[in-house]
Amino acid sequence: MLHALDRKLLRDVWRLKAQALAISLVLACGVAIFLTGMGMVRALDATLEDYYNRQHFAHVFASARRAPISLLGDVEAIDGVQTAEARVVGSVVLDLPGRIAPAAGRVISLPDAGPTLNVPLLVSGQYPRKTAQNEVAVTERFAAANGFRPGDRFAAIADGKRLLLTITGTVRSPEFIYTLPPGGLMPDDAGYAIMWMPHTATAGVFGMSGAFNDLTVKLRRDANRQAVIDAIDRLLAPWGGVGAHKRDLQMSHAFMQAELDQLRNMSAVLPPILFGVTAFLVNMVLGRIVTLERSEIGLLKALGYRDSEIAMHYLMLATLVAALGVCLGWAAGAWLSSGMSHLYAKFFDFPWLVEPHAIDVYAIAGLIGLASAGIGALRAAWAAAALAPAVAMSPPAPPAFRRGVLDAVSGWLRLPQTAMMVLRGLLRWPLRAAFTSLGLSLGVAILVASNFMLDSLDAVIETAFFKSNRQHATLALAHERSLSAVSDARHLPGVLMVEPQFDLPVTMSVGPREKKLAISARPPGGDLARTLNVDEQPITLPEKGVLLSAKLAEHLGVQPGDQVHVTLSGLRKGEMILPVAAVTQQYIGIGAYMRLDTLAAHLGEAPRVTSLNLWIDTDVLPELQAALKTMPALATSVMLTDVRKSFQDTISENVRINTLLFLTISVLITIGVAYNGARIQLSERARELASLRILGFTRAEVSTILLGETALLAVMAQPLGWLIGAWIAWAMMAGFDSDLYRIPLVLTPQNFASASLVTLAAVTTAALFVRRRLDKADLIAVLKTRE
Amino acid sequence: MSVKRAIQDIPAFRTRGITKIYGGRGTAEVRALDGVDLDLPEGELVVLLGPSGSGKSTLLNIIGGLDHATSGQAWFRDQDLTAMTDRQLTRYRRDNVGFVFQFYNLVASLTARENVALVTDVAPNPMRPEEALALVGLQNRQGHFPAQMSGGEQQRVAIARAIAKRPGVLLCDEPTGALDSKTGTAVLAALEDVNTRFGTTTLVITHNAGIRKMAHRVIRFQDGRVVEIEENETRIRAHEVTW
Repeated sequence: MLHALDRKLLRDVWRLKAQALAISLVLACGVAIFLTGMGMVRALDATLEDYYNRQHFAHVFASARRAPISLLGDVEAIDGVQTAEARVVGSVVLDLPGRIAPAAGRVISLPDAGPTLNVPLLVSGQYPRKTAQNEVAVTERFAAANGFRPGDRFAAIADGKRLLLTITGTVRSPEFIYTLPPGGLMPDDAGYAIMWMPHTATAGVFGMSGAFNDLTVKLRRDANRQAVIDAIDRLLAPWGGVGAHKRDLQMSHAFMQAELDQLRNMSAVLPPILFGVTAFLVNMVLGRIVTLERSEIGLLKALGYRDSEIAMHYLMLATLVAALGVCLGWAAGAWLSSGMSHLYAKFFDFPWLVEPHAIDVYAIAGLIGLASAGIGALRAAWAAAALAPAVAMSPPAPPAFRRGVLDAVSGWLRLPQTAMMVLRGLLRWPLRAAFTSLGLSLGVAILVASNFMLDSLDAVIETAFFKSNRQHATLALAHERSLSAVSDARHLPGVLMVEPQFDLPVTMSVGPREKKLAISARPPGGDLARTLNVDEQPITLPEKGVLLSAKLAEHLGVQPGDQVHVTLSGLRKGEMILPVAAVTQQYIGIGAYMRLDTLAAHLGEAPRVTSLNLWIDTDVLPELQAALKTMPALATSVMLTDVRKSFQDTISENVRINTLLFLTISVLITIGVAYNGARIQLSERARELASLRILGFTRAEVSTILLGETALLAVMAQPLGWLIGAWIAWAMMAGFDSDLYRIPLVLTPQNFASASLVTLAAVTTAALFVRRRLDKADLIAVLKTRE
Repeated sequence: MSVKRAIQDIPAFRTRGITKIYGGRGTAEVRALDGVDLDLPEGELVVLLGPSGSGKSTLLNIIGGLDHATSGQAWFRDQDLTAMTDRQLTRYRRDNVGFVFQFYNLVASLTARENVALVTDVAPNPMRPEEALALVGLQNRQGHFPAQMSGGEQQRVAIARAIAKRPGVLLCDEPTGALDSKTGTAVLAALEDVNTRFGTTTLVITHNAGIRKMAHRVIRFQDGRVVEIEENETRIRAHEVTW
């Protein structure tokens, strides 16, 4: 049987349903995002750990030009190494049935004794037979995207040799959860294959009999990682080793970690904002209710209800609102999580995903939700408990308005009395006005941040594809070649312009700081692949010295004029001291750039080429693509126009989802704050407004007073919102700052304008709802009732 | 002397030098009660008369456990109210005191029955809400919300709520102040009925001099002091009261 006080509680919630719902939705948003963020972080973490453990994902990765297989014993003997596996890895061009453009492929050898590290997980069919020459297992995604099944065949061109490969099975690998094709920015399931081939066959194809060029190592738990890496580097150095690294530089793992970081950031930034707004709204609404129910509180005390029971009554009111929000948040979170899982399934290749809907994440999200409403309710509940019964029974003293600076100013401005009412209302409750304005500004800020992301990615595309890498295609060669490769490429069908590039693997260091990377050498005055200065204007490669991307310069702690120490890796031996000529701007990856002839002079050899950038007549693209399928010594070809398109498509899809999410959050916050604020003003001013109506004011005039305060606060919130939004954008930019990619801080007037327009529209909607209430209210009746 | 008589000899309320001062410290000091000594016997219907600001309500608040005295002492039976903490005063109100206010103070979102249940939910030995409403003649209005009832009906709900806990005392502040004579009479009849039927000590503050003829005892206040105490030899019934 419900107690009478509980019935009052339920009826109060019902009476306040619109306000309660507005608060609940803000809270629900916070709970849902927290649930999704935390749930997905835990699911991904757990999935990775599980997958890595089961498939023995390696800890250290290294590659070499060509190392004798006997070296493996030395690697295994390094203190801290548990298992080491030597593989042969090579790039191939694929000629797939029904596909005009050449596809890219990566062949990985399967040790004869079966893989012990990075074990591919068989999805269908079987592994290729040890002795088979032309059998491969391929990634499940590649097979699915091309409609391949075990038994199907396709052609691969390795080192100019055409092979007809038979698919024996499809697999997944912990090394390739996220796979980017060479030169690509987004996964390309149909156009990029990872293939596992028996060791002997692979070695035969790539001329690696008795040798390996790829090393993966699993460490003992107590291993000193850096010591092992240094030891491996020493062992591989004579064999063209290009630097051992930990998982953090392994592409798939690095992207997974970047995704996890982003999820963690999302759940660290957005939910606290939403929980904070919830607490503020509960505080504001409950504070007003306690004021309105002053005499009822007094009555309850007179009847013998304890202070704690009364405080609990109001806390329960907040709890019910919060409970509704938490339930909605749980439901939305479950829906959002499942959406995220689908999105992840699209980009990441997991064999399974550990269930994100752990009961304790729900519990934590729920508790935080309840706590934020509870914290918001504390002040009002305390005020209700602290009201002395005899005082509570008497009507409250009218709020103390005082004459102040405002009056002097308004006298001078000759403001009408209605404007004075609005302004005095603001000054009477400055804290509430400030928080309302802050709440509204958060709505603006979230949109500014969301718009920023869009603008920033546009700028990344503009810089990467239209300002610096303007070539249509890049051909990566299987081996270094002389400049004659340029004239050979000119003879390919449709090629209008060819620019060579030479990528030299090095370790760049300044004191204790070092970075492994490739110096890209290009001819001066190149018009396709260009380097940009920090203002994104093209700069000519200097005759002397090297250009460093800003991130690399920052990492090494150098400025133009400083010198960097360069140690050659790979087959070349030697060291160089290069002056830093300038710092360049690039958002994807890091880079160092030199003139081709300058680098050749440093190396004491004729200029060499590792890749070719092409400007082509796109009308004859099919002919070119056909020719590429048979081009000797071609490792991969990258169509930059395709790369850009897939990048733009992916981004526009993600941006659509993000924009919708942020728009929802922003509108919910704005409406929640504006509607509750206006309702409270309506309740506080009901008698005043009724008096004005009796004095002959029209409904419109009375509405102006009521909504004027909301309008004023909303306008004041705009610049603050822009500022907070710009700050969030800056924080996001700093958060995205990694070696993989960075984003520029782009804040346009259009961004601010659209954020303001959306939030002001939301405020107007909320205000119109309240105005409708005001129009409907029998204001004359208000006067007859006792406050 | 029998034990029963001895208990009855202890007055329901006793005050000695009760003083209540509002304000001070910068604002003007208001002496709402100025050393009031009173003995109010058990079971009586007492009327407190006096102009606004004479101290009637302040006294009612103090002996009702709603407010603290600035100085002096007040007892309910053998309990020293002035020595009680807020928590003890709450307990005292919950167990012993029924209040009726001028503006009814019903909870707008609760029905008549539920408003009474507010009290019966927390009182130690209450009657059923239906029973209390029947006592004031509202057995047919149980499901009505305050807004659906007349002022007199609302005040009778307030009385039902006050008596439902079987209080030791009933404190009424201007119970008919907002009512016309017809409904006011019905409310007075309900109070009279409770007083005679249960022997509940009942204090009624009023501006209506007509009501004083109903009382066993009439106490007149002026400027925070008791200026006159008058005992009625003969009392009139509620329906004989004129306005």
